[in-house]
Amino acid sequence: MDFATLANCLGSPACVVTQATSGLIIGMLLFLVAAGLTLIFGVLKVINFTHGAFYMLGAYFAYSIFRVTDSYTLAVIGAALGVGLFGLVFERLFMSRVYGSNVLMQLLVCYSFILILDDAVKLIWGPEFKSMGMPPTFMRPPLFIAGGVVPPFYLFLIGVTCFIGIVLWLVIGRTRFGKIIRAAAHNPGMVSALGLNTEMIYGLVFALGGLLAGLAGGLAAPVRSMVSGMGFSILIESFIVTVIGGMGSIIGAFVAAILLGLTRSFGSLGFPLFVDGAMFLIMALVLVIKPSGLFGKEA
Amino acid sequence: MRRDTLRDLAVAVIAWAALMVFPSIYESKFAIDFVIRMAAFGIFAASLNLLVGVTGMVSFGHGMFFATGAYGFGLLMQKAAISIPLAMLLTVGASALVALVVGAICVRLKEIYFAFLTLAFQMLLHSLIVAWVPLTGGDQGLTGGLPRPVFLGIDLAKQSHLYGFSATLLVAMLLVLRHLAETPFGYTLRLIRDNPERAHFLGVKVFWMRLAAFVAAGSIASVGGIIMALFVSGAFPEFANWTMSGEAIFMIMLGGSTVFLGPIAGTAILLVLNDFVTRLTEHYGLTLGLIILLFTLGLRKGLLDFIADAIARRRERAGQGG
Repeated sequence: MDFATLANCLGSPACVVTQATSGLIIGMLLFLVAAGLTLIFGVLKVINFTHGAFYMLGAYFAYSIFRVTDSYTLAVIGAALGVGLFGLVFERLFMSRVYGSNVLMQLLVCYSFILILDDAVKLIWGPEFKSMGMPPTFMRPPLFIAGGVVPPFYLFLIGVTCFIGIVLWLVIGRTRFGKIIRAAAHNPGMVSALGLNTEMIYGLVFALGGLLAGLAGGLAAPVRSMVSGMGFSILIESFIVTVIGGMGSIIGAFVAAILLGLTRSFGSLGFPLFVDGAMFLIMALVLVIKPSGLFGKEA
Repeated sequence: MRRDTLRDLAVAVIAWAALMVFPSIYESKFAIDFVIRMAAFGIFAASLNLLVGVTGMVSFGHGMFFATGAYGFGLLMQKAAISIPLAMLLTVGASALVALVVGAICVRLKEIYFAFLTLAFQMLLHSLIVAWVPLTGGDQGLTGGLPRPVFLGIDLAKQSHLYGFSATLLVAMLLVLRHLAETPFGYTLRLIRDNPERAHFLGVKVFWMRLAAFVAAGSIASVGGIIMALFVSGAFPEFANWTMSGEAIFMIMLGGSTVFLGPIAGTAILLVLNDFVTRLTEHYGLTLGLIILLFTLGLRKGLLDFIADAIARRRERAGQGG
């Protein structure tokens, strides 16, 4: 424990800015992953344990596309679409077969896919750490805000993820597609009775979740090193985010993701060995006080 | 004594005797080690099934008690210089206490929230173990070996004695779990699993029953942790990691949750898969993943559940025919 370092940092604006931006980066990427997770849970009442692997796939897809085309934009779009498609196929061919059965069966299907994808990544891209490197567009001197160092890519990342968050919020809240999704989450039987194809909705929701996870993976690729199994920790963290924010709530996921990101970046100064513990502590507290989460509806 | 109890007792005695003579018939260091690991994980998985299968409480935090068992026992042996039976008793008692506190907070919650809160407590313990370096050795785990004073002529430093000790504990714990599941207490738990509201209306104190099941399962799981600590001569933070609880759940799912010995079958399947797949191929994840996928999509239930259902269906058909 090193609370003196944390106190020192909180006393200096430069350090606060640096830590806060890195916390925001963690939080915003986490939000994209958790938003997909919470969306899938909200509609299908299924917890997609492969979501971390989706994120990993996104990062690797982006890596390969960037290698071939040299375009970061294409890499991110390709990663999002690729993983979205993968999510659709995964749902249609595998997950849809175990909806009716025990929750634990769904868990097993997901677990087997985590194992398979982790190994597939090792086979295709190799077992060693990979790094995509910063796209040339962002290779500029860092900005100084109140004395704190902020790389331009970080600002880009925060901007893009905020934009995606707003788009997602509008799509769910304002469009016909969003209305159908909310209706399916509320009462799938009625939606089906009204002549809408619920199976297709389920597939599309999974695809959307995959799209968001792939997007997060692609956006994170320049600042995170890639390795098989990298989806694991982000899976756990996005669970915590969805539980704290409330299962099925996008706004909740946003708030909780930022909270967790900041806990991570500031906690790594004050209590480096207990950062994970602190996240689980917050989750336990929320569950004890309000089991449905900060923004969740009472079950 | 009821006839069923006598039958269970007879089966247990026969199984125990078979395990005892097994090493003299088939001498293999690998087989001995396998049975010891089987005992540790089998007790762990079977105790979890008291919650998952019997009471319908899916705990994601059961590894917590495997860890309190291993660390509690390891620390007592290293620091307290007491006899092994006393250390075991204290460890199980301490684990029961942990289960009582954690359970009192968790068992109120429904399904998925219960799962997540137990997971959170387990990960808290994991973080505590990693962060409290002076006591637990942090990341490195509790190393330096365990002193094993001889008791009642049993010397657990010898692998053959550890084998007998573990096998005996396995049979004994299974008998305890079987007894718990078949008593009125066990049937009350099933009632709670199938319909908690109805149980409540019938005057069952649902909270206390769930808590009792949680404490019983936690205490028994710690015995698995004790065996593991003896087997690896230490304790490691992985014991408290969520993968541990995940593995116990896979064991239950692979073997089956409605047949009593399902978790044990699942333990055997997973251990064999682990050992053979790692030996045969370097693509461990790919192979294991495909096998699990075949199991889940092919059988859609645990192996013993599948067999039990198949037998029941056959009987029904035979009954209709005759």
